[in-house]
Amino acid sequence: MRRLRYYALSLATTGSLCLSLAACGATSASAGQATITLYNGQHEQTTDALVAGFEKATGINVAVRNNDEDIFDAEIVAEGPRSPADVVFTENSPALEYLQEKRLLAPVDPSTLTHTPSRYNSPQGDWVGVSARVSVLIYNPSLITKKALPAHVLELADPRYKGKLAFAAGETDFQPIVTSVLRTYGKAKALEWLDGIKANAGSHIYPDNETIADEVNRGIVAFGVVNQYYWYRMRAEIGASNMHSEIAYFAPRDPGYVLDVSGAGILKSSKHQAAAQKFLAFLVSKQGQEIIAQSIGFEYPIASGVRTAQPEKPFAELEPNPVNVAELGTGAQAIALLSEVQLL
Amino acid sequence: MTVSPPRPAPVALRPLSAGDKTFVTAPRARRSTALLGASLFVVAVLALPLAFLLTEAGGAGVANVWHLIWRSLTASLLWNTVRLTVVVTFLCAVIGTLAAYGVERTDLPARRVWAVLVVVPFAIPDFVVSFGWSSLSTWVQGFRGAVLVMTLAVYPLVYLPVSASLRGADPGQEEIARSLGASLLSTFFRITLGQARRAILGGCLLVALVILAEYGAFEILGYQTFTTEIFTEFTIGFDTSAACALSLVLVALSLVVLVGETAARGGGRVSRNGAGAQRILARRRLGRARLPVLIGYALLVLAALGVPIGSSVYWIFEGGAHALVGVSLGSAALHTAGYSAAAGLVATLMALPVALLVVRHPSRWHLLLERTTFLVLALPGLVVALAISYFSERYANDFGYQTAPLLVLAYSLMFFPLALVCVRASVAQTPVSLEEVAGSLGVRRLRALVRVTFPLVAPGLGAAFCLVFLSAVTELTATLILIPTGAETLATQFWAYQQNLSYGQAAPFALAIIAIAAVPSYVLGRFFERLPRRARAQAPGALR
Repeated sequence: MRRLRYYALSLATTGSLCLSLAACGATSASAGQATITLYNGQHEQTTDALVAGFEKATGINVAVRNNDEDIFDAEIVAEGPRSPADVVFTENSPALEYLQEKRLLAPVDPSTLTHTPSRYNSPQGDWVGVSARVSVLIYNPSLITKKALPAHVLELADPRYKGKLAFAAGETDFQPIVTSVLRTYGKAKALEWLDGIKANAGSHIYPDNETIADEVNRGIVAFGVVNQYYWYRMRAEIGASNMHSEIAYFAPRDPGYVLDVSGAGILKSSKHQAAAQKFLAFLVSKQGQEIIAQSIGFEYPIASGVRTAQPEKPFAELEPNPVNVAELGTGAQAIALLSEVQLL
Repeated sequence: MTVSPPRPAPVALRPLSAGDKTFVTAPRARRSTALLGASLFVVAVLALPLAFLLTEAGGAGVANVWHLIWRSLTASLLWNTVRLTVVVTFLCAVIGTLAAYGVERTDLPARRVWAVLVVVPFAIPDFVVSFGWSSLSTWVQGFRGAVLVMTLAVYPLVYLPVSASLRGADPGQEEIARSLGASLLSTFFRITLGQARRAILGGCLLVALVILAEYGAFEILGYQTFTTEIFTEFTIGFDTSAACALSLVLVALSLVVLVGETAARGGGRVSRNGAGAQRILARRRLGRARLPVLIGYALLVLAALGVPIGSSVYWIFEGGAHALVGVSLGSAALHTAGYSAAAGLVATLMALPVALLVVRHPSRWHLLLERTTFLVLALPGLVVALAISYFSERYANDFGYQTAPLLVLAYSLMFFPLALVCVRASVAQTPVSLEEVAGSLGVRRLRALVRVTFPLVAPGLGAAFCLVFLSAVTELTATLILIPTGAETLATQFWAYQQNLSYGQAAPFALAIIAIAAVPSYVLGRFFERLPRRARAQAPGALR
């Protein structure tokens, strides 16, 4: 009996050792093929389809790492000149503007930049805009009617919405709205507004937009501020019959109606500049944009004249506030404000 | 509380130290430089995250950090953290102790089955538990949701040592108390709990530290704690120095917990003198209470196991069918099992010298050394991963960055205290006299270690491996930073799908995690059951 246990133990130990070695060795890349490393802050669904398309078209392998765009920013800065990243793809422009400010991005090929309208690209030409999303209100009709919803972003701080509002202070999607309010109304008013929405939200301050969409749909809170594609994705995932929420837009050109650009840039430290440039070119090419248009990411393609194929409000019908990527900047001011009111 | 007879006269017998529990032949006070060297090395490696925090926090500017710490948000978050820790620790202590008492001391039907079922919930990742419960009912939110989820997720950390301790405790004391007229309840509180006191406190220590480090589960429940604030600072602020300063506050909190537990344990012996005559433990008859007790166990297992598994199965059928192009379930499972197994091996190997040092050569300094290793359990995985990246980038020329060995090292650091607890229990039970006999027979020390000590310590090593394996399988934040590019684990895949609201796709990964973790949980339960009687008195609960 003891001998049996001894053998079983040795077997288990050697088994674990083999397993560990197998796992450790399993990720060696195939030799001979060019590979670029992509730090992906965008949703995996969107990126995986793009990566597959790119690999098929060019034969260049793409190794993808997924994480939040903020963590990637911190990681890239910490990694310094030895960073393994070649391309970074983010959900919102401030993350790229931050890297640009730190002079970590290499200039994008001018021919690539021409595919996207220039107002959606980096003003300095260090990153290119790939897709866009717009901020909306997601609401539960059984808890609040469409008419009762605020049409202007400042109304979010109105006391009549106390306990009904949800937002995600830490979301990188929310900060551009704060920047936009700050730019339009100035610091004092922006702080007052933030205090107001903090009071209105109470305990309904969530860590991310997915949670907001989920909570509104389940009837835990009346309405929240998210980006439009969260609602469409949720509907695609759980089915229209399980949807108990709708989306509504802010008033045209209101500061709360913000168009966020999702873009990609190449790191100066990258050792595969040519391949990386090809990847960026693919992202904004007709083929890449078609992938985005068809994907269940539900974001708006903005390059090469491609329009979204999904049943959502056409891009041309959107009337966002004219705040541009340069004005949205790195989001540092928004973060400072959020920190001042202790939302962050 | 314990009635101890006067110490016998023979000079050869003396306790190892003032607070020692049993009489063993006193080892000559020999220094073991090899053990000390190895232990110091291990502790130095474990101190890396702390060194990182101190270095980075230094760059933040005192005024900045002070302002960050003293604002009202921090205060409310600290309050959230503290009250959650206190409530959950208390509940876990109650549930763990009662469950252990029922299984070990009563004639509960199907004891063996309950013993395993009660332990398995530890294998379920906390974020899966909170995901399962929050999708079940909207009541599970905020503070009460966090209490429910954390209690169900970590009570096995109390159950395991307490059950081991109850098995090894002296039944004679209870019988004496009863014969002196104490009521059932009085006996339970004064004698039984007293004997298991150290085990309970040890388990509570682990629970408290784990809660301090928890992040993923609270994110889903929308409950903000000090740790979620630290995560936000690391990510949003682009400013690691302030975040590191806040992490140091967390370390201070865990120091408080550690000191509190050490103080609460106190001195005094809580076990019998020597082996004595092994008597068959007479189990308490439940009689009419049998049905309610069974229902209680069933409810516990249903809540801790049934809900997460049930909701995962539900989502597999209900969720949409949008596939994430990427790694399959099998590949992710292989990576998870591989990394976790490697981490288990490394952590156990690291724990061995420290355990040997503390048990065989007890002294205040060695004890202090051992206690400081517990601090790393309270650090969030994110901090440990960043610390390792920092050191590899600054001092090792980026050697091994984003490769498997560093990830395994991160896991080993994070879960080292769990391994230490198990290995120490086993080492404590191994009488040094056997080694000395081998020595006197001419066997060299190393050989004696391998042929005599190792087989005796093996069950503890196995348990340490299992405990670290289980914890590593469910780890997420450190993995996301250090995992080799292109590799995925079950936890990262679950997170990716869940982030995209693809619950139907996320659920199979949750079930795979539970499946992979089931075997080690079973082994763990059996290890604590199989500890020889005398050793159970010195089981992990009796942490020194």
